Amino acid sequence: MLTVLTVITIVAAGVLASVNAVTAPQIEKINAENLSAGIKAVMGSDDIQVSEPWEVDAFTVYDINDKEGNLLGKAIVTTENGFGGPLKVLVGFNTEGDILGYTVLEHAETPGLGAKAGEWFQDKIKGMNPGKNNFTVSKDGGEVDAITASTITSRAFLLAIQKAYDKVFAGQDATSGATQQASASDMGTPDVIE
Amino acid sequence: MNNFKVLVNGIIKENPTFVLLLGMCPTLGTTSSAINGMSMGLATMCVLILSNFIIASIKKLIPDAVRIPSYIVVIASLVTVLQMLIKAYAPDIDKSLGLFIPLIVVNCIILGRAESFAAKNGPVASIFDGIGIGLGFTLGLTCLGAVRELLGTGAIFGVTLWGENYGMLMFVLAPGAFLALGYLIVLFNKITKKA
Repeated sequence: MLTVLTVITIVAAGVLASVNAVTAPQIEKINAENLSAGIKAVMGSDDIQVSEPWEVDAFTVYDINDKEGNLLGKAIVTTENGFGGPLKVLVGFNTEGDILGYTVLEHAETPGLGAKAGEWFQDKIKGMNPGKNNFTVSKDGGEVDAITASTITSRAFLLAIQKAYDKVFAGQDATSGATQQASASDMGTPDVIE
Repeated sequence: MNNFKVLVNGIIKENPTFVLLLGMCPTLGTTSSAINGMSMGLATMCVLILSNFIIASIKKLIPDAVRIPSYIVVIASLVTVLQMLIKAYAPDIDKSLGLFIPLIVVNCIILGRAESFAAKNGPVASIFDGIGIGLGFTLGLTCLGAVRELLGTGAIFGVTLWGENYGMLMFVLAPGAFLALGYLIVLFNKITKKA
């Protein structure tokens, strides 16, 4: 009895280990490709050099240069608690802190509602600057239209980008601190539907 | 029972969603749209066919007292292998299905069929049982997903029939899942009892 169970688990472990050995490098390659494709997409350019990332608090920052080595901007990975769990966003800024693009890396938002964050904001926030624009949802007096029936997701999404901006571009613009305070206090308003 | 009967049995007489009421967690949790429901159903079917086949093949070697742990090891390994293979070689499928695959391990349909069918029947019949039950589960989840998507967002399989603003959001959220499932079970019983 014990022998059989032991044999079964050993065989299973062997199968898992060998499949893992074969697939792990491939999975790593795909993840790396996804990240570099994501960075190209959020910076809106293919001709870029990506620096080794550096970390500041919970943010991972990639300095982006063009082929000649001129600084184009930064791509930042930022995380905020959404409606269903962590909402991880990769956002690209130019050197002024204007948003070039974004992509949602991980989320656990409601399908059909908050999960739309991946497309919803694409055209809405491009060119905005969290330091100059009022970077909150229109319900809170801001300039961005929230996803229909997904205000919490929308707030988390905007806050994630705002925080990344404040952390990395802080000091470049005097208004950024005030905007951050406003959006932080707005987070407290409860909502009936997401 | 011939193999065809085994197949039909899984779809109608022992439909896991509407008759056996097994695997309710993925049923309620993943059916917010028709395509999600169908994906979960198909992924479960793959694992079910393989696990039924393997367990039916090795059942003579397994002593009764340790059969459940043995089945669980087989099923969990199978799901993990499937997940690693999909992640490595089909990243597009992984994007839409990735969330659901680990859930299959805890789906009691798989263990239920291993215990009630594969442990008593031959490998070939067990494959047919896997296909039948798998199709029944896929059918149930697709119906439920379609109803919830239609009522909730006014679309079906992502094709908008009427505007999203006319949808009842509740049906995409958890309470709608229970409501829609209840009414679908009534409907299913009404149709199958008559026949």
